[in-house]
Order: sequence, then structure tokens, then C-alpha cells
Amino acid sequence: MKARVTVTLKNGVLDPQGKAIEGALGSLGFAGIGGVRQGKVFDIEIAGTDTEKAKAEVEAMAAKLLANTVIENYRVEIVG
Amino acid sequence: MKSAVVVFPGSNRERDMIAALEKISGHRPAVIWHGDHDLPKVDLIVIPGGFSYGDYLRSGAIAAREPIMDGIRREAERGVAVLGVCNGFQILCEAGLLPGVLMRNAGLRFICKEVELRVETTASAFTAGYSKGQVVRSPVAHGDGNYRADDETLARLKGEDRIAFRYISNPNGSIDDIAGILSEKRNILGMMPHPENLIEPLNGGLDGRPLFESALRAVA
Repeated sequence: MKARVTVTLKNGVLDPQGKAIEGALGSLGFAGIGGVRQGKVFDIEIAGTDTEKAKAEVEAMAAKLLANTVIENYRVEIVG
Repeated sequence: MKSAVVVFPGSNRERDMIAALEKISGHRPAVIWHGDHDLPKVDLIVIPGGFSYGDYLRSGAIAAREPIMDGIRREAERGVAVLGVCNGFQILCEAGLLPGVLMRNAGLRFICKEVELRVETTASAFTAGYSKGQVVRSPVAHGDGNYRADDETLARLKGEDRIAFRYISNPNGSIDDIAGILSEKRNILGMMPHPENLIEPLNGGLDGRPLFESALRAVA
């Protein structure tokens, strides 16, 4: 089965990369952008069929490594 | 002073650090490869600069979770001095040995230049050789030097006199101009600038020397 971890910056954390992307989108002519925040997505293949167990395991992976919880939030979904 | 320099795949400033430590202490530091399990008993452990694991995921994130870090954590708890410079600072933050995190420079550019730092506290083995308020020169070379911490952490760092160095002119957007911080027990210092690169006249200055000399005196 596949788990997807989405890591996003917490509110209030400065995101200079998001700002640069926002500027680039504006210069491409996209109007009306209120803001861009850059995040990360991890797709993880997990062996087994117990989705609850897999979810708990991936939550632990996210908390221990994939996200730095000082500045980032994470969300875990089982996607297939 | 016996010292050890811990090297990860992608570290690249260890040679300067080894040369500085050898020149100042008179002893060649032990060089510890990240896969080694045993840390020798030393007075000072240094994590040098570079791009451990290619800065993949986040700067320092992967190195910070290597087994060798458990050994460094144990030694730090015993009171052994630990210095992390540049990527070493990033690794110490990611490992939770120092609070906060180093994010991408506010201007998004890699910065390689000399900056001026103000010594904010002399109450540590690393900063006792300077005077409070002294302005020293130091090179910086980093893309992720923008120190961030939540308000509570920042208030603690200030209240506990744990900000070791501030930039005179902030190059990277770091909160409160922070260039280096100390751990609660004051035996761990993380800093983005490179004091090991200003230790003899050929480097163009000696401003980094007191940091190593005072650490040496503290254990002598």
C-alpha cells in the first residue's frame, strides 16, 4: 500500500522560496495570487495490509525525520 | 586538548578545522567517520561545515539522525565541549542538541563573504577569550543560515544569555541577528560563521583563534 506524507510550513514561518515563486508567477502574468507556500510530498510504499498500523508507522516516520516540527506540519494519508 | 572532528558524507570543511585544531592545541584531532560507533574520549568534539548528505531533505537532517549522534549526545551530557560550525550547527539543531532551525537565507542566495560578529556573552568555554561586545571578523559560506526559533525559545535564549554571536549586519535574515547560540549547559556552541578560517596571519586575521584557545584553556 502507499502512504503519502505532505509536509507544509507552519503559519508565520517565513518562506523565501514561496515568495520567489509567487514573484515568478506574477511575472508570468498570473494575476490575483494571494500567496504561495512551498511544501514537500513523500510517497512511501509500505508492505502489509493493515492500514491503521501503516498509518501509525508513517506518522512516526514523519515526526522523526520527514518533517522538522519546529517549522513544519505534516499530514499522513493512505492513498492506495 | 584532545579533540575529534566528525566527518559525514558531504562534509567539506573538515580539513580547515583539523588544521586549526592541530595548530592551536598541538595535537592532531581524531577524525571520526560517521559510520564509526565509538567516539574516543576527548575534550572537544567538532562537527565541521559542508553539505552532509547533499543537504537532502533539510540541511543536516539526515546526518542528525545517524547513530554517531547518540554518542555525541552522551558526551555532551557528560559536559564535553561540542562545536558545530555551519553545517555542523544545522546538524546540532536537527539533532535537537540546540533549539531552533536554520532555514534558507532570506535573500535565497548562497552567501560567501566576510562578516562582522559581536560577541554577546563571554560565559562559555568558547567565548571566554573574547570580551563582551567585542566585534570580530569571520567568514561565512552558507545557503541555509537563516536561524529561526519560536518566540518562547528566543525569549529563553535571550533570558539565559545563550546568544553567543550576533551579526553586525545581518546577511541571511536570521532572527534577532543570531549567528551562534549555546546549549542550556553552555558546553555546546553552534554557529554559522567559520572561526577556523581566521587563525593565522596567512588567513588575513586571527579573530577566530580566541575561540579555540579559550576552549583549550577550559579543559587544561
